[in-house]
Amino acid sequence: MRVERFLADSAIRYPDRVALVVGGRRFTYANLDAAASRLARALSCRGIDRGDRVVLFLENSAEAVVGLFATLKAGAVFSMVNPTTKADKLTYIVNNCRPKAVLTQERLRSVAQVAIDQAPSVLTSIVVDSTGESTLRGEVSFENASQNQHTDPIAHAGIDIDLAMIIYTSGSTGFPKGVMMTHHNIVAAATSITTYLENTRDDVILSVLPLSFDYGLYQVLMGFMVGGTVVLEKSFAFPYLVLQNLRDERVTGFPLVPTMAALLLQMKDLAPGSFPHLRYLTNTAAALPPAHIQRLQELFPTTRIYSMYGLTECKRCTYLPPEQLNSRPSSVGRAIPNTEVYIVDDRGDRLGAGVVGELVVRGAHVMKGYWEDQLATDRVLRPGRYPWEKVLHTGDLFRMDEEGCFYFVGRKDDIIKSRGEKVSPKEVENVLYALPGVREAAAVGVPDPILGTAIKAIIAPAEGVSLTEREVLGHCKRYLEDFMMPKIVEFRQELPKTATGKIRRSQLQEEALRSTGYESSNG
Amino acid sequence: MDLEIKERIRGFITSNFLYGQGGTSLDENASLLAAGAIDSTGVLELVTFLESTFNIRVEDADIVPDNLDSVNRIATYVGRKLSVLSKAVVFDAR
Repeated sequence: MRVERFLADSAIRYPDRVALVVGGRRFTYANLDAAASRLARALSCRGIDRGDRVVLFLENSAEAVVGLFATLKAGAVFSMVNPTTKADKLTYIVNNCRPKAVLTQERLRSVAQVAIDQAPSVLTSIVVDSTGESTLRGEVSFENASQNQHTDPIAHAGIDIDLAMIIYTSGSTGFPKGVMMTHHNIVAAATSITTYLENTRDDVILSVLPLSFDYGLYQVLMGFMVGGTVVLEKSFAFPYLVLQNLRDERVTGFPLVPTMAALLLQMKDLAPGSFPHLRYLTNTAAALPPAHIQRLQELFPTTRIYSMYGLTECKRCTYLPPEQLNSRPSSVGRAIPNTEVYIVDDRGDRLGAGVVGELVVRGAHVMKGYWEDQLATDRVLRPGRYPWEKVLHTGDLFRMDEEGCFYFVGRKDDIIKSRGEKVSPKEVENVLYALPGVREAAAVGVPDPILGTAIKAIIAPAEGVSLTEREVLGHCKRYLEDFMMPKIVEFRQELPKTATGKIRRSQLQEEALRSTGYESSNG
Repeated sequence: MDLEIKERIRGFITSNFLYGQGGTSLDENASLLAAGAIDSTGVLELVTFLESTFNIRVEDADIVPDNLDSVNRIATYVGRKLSVLSKAVVFDAR
């Protein structure tokens, strides 16, 4: 089965049901499917064909949802890019996956302009809410592109083992890597997750997570798969309004990351039991602190809370059945349905209970590799049980208890998780080094009550140069997405180095944790 | 609108969210969220700043774009809260 069928099949079964609520607009399955078909026709007419890439550089919106399904209906591959991405990184991404088309919006025009000007592959630019004159290569407004009346399917001959999407994730090299997922991968992950969440067409899922984050994207994919309703918000900046929507739309499923839980628990007037229709809350990306779990249980006494774990490379690895949350609050549970997870030592041999090792994932949800990066792919996808399969070595250190439940221990590499998203210290450091006057730089993670882990930049300025925190942060803001922004800047004369002159980031990381009273990272 | 209130708010936003960049060009009517100046954790920092600087209590229901999504809206909101407070004090004194 191909992913565009999630929308098309629900449109046949439930044409008049509300599929999507966003910004006060409501779209039925029939509306949305027709809109996606019209845009697919426009893409196809502009030469976008089976296997071609389309980059979606958009905020959470109806157009972003229509855009991704239109891309798939045209037989092409979508890549959803975080709307806070800055010009340099977007340029890297469009030169990496070489899309034939980019969908963006007026507000992001200046960033898109820089990237598209440097990406010869882009022949069509489709702009949502276009107000100004056309400045992008092959520009057409979303409205004009969608004006045709062709809703019949495009004969692209694509099948389910074709590539469906590329999701860029922070890589330890400092450059983002494109995780390749086929339709089959996505269907496998969505089937598994909707099975344990027991999703049905009666579900109303509210998501504030960006569609560029797989956790956010799958809320739409899974919601449409079961024929439910998805309520999409742009952000969690105003929790009171989001909760009002949670009540008004009688939401049954609300995905969280620990930062959102922390923001929710900061609210002063939230009364326990205000959301009797909320069937489940999910949390992933990092474990919730036990105190937060307890307070969430008090505020949402009739809601099931799922602790889960995953990484973009396989979407999701584990979940903890909610009834076990009180007995093992720090566990992320067991393998999701129809998949297998286990722990191995450095030689790849399986380890038993109580021993720390690397988590390995088996299943149809495991990615096909990183886009045009065989070396990085070979490091994480290794031979499995059968000659035809690859298993995913996650780089995450875990241990398992006697009952087979898993506990996150830390990362094998330096990747930091902040606000639930992966941050490569190297990527932050590359930006720091681009600031004139920075001689040495390192980025480390420090515990933070809201962000989980905050990024700390440690800088040794060049001889005779004096830098201020504001200068450093102002520079970072021009190059880094919001979730990668350092929160703290420390200046030193010199950073510790190895005999060969390499900066000892691990030593700095340990020092940073020690000074805040933590002995080891818990991600 | 009290200019001093507005200047303190503008000062906080430019130094904490814009890091001194664009301080003079910051449009006082522009949406801070749409401009990418502020995000969900930024709103929380802003609320903490308003409560401690102006000695007001920002209710959950007040944390909405109408009150907090531009320099002018924040200044109007703070002015309103302060005037309610001062009226309450006058009332108590009588």
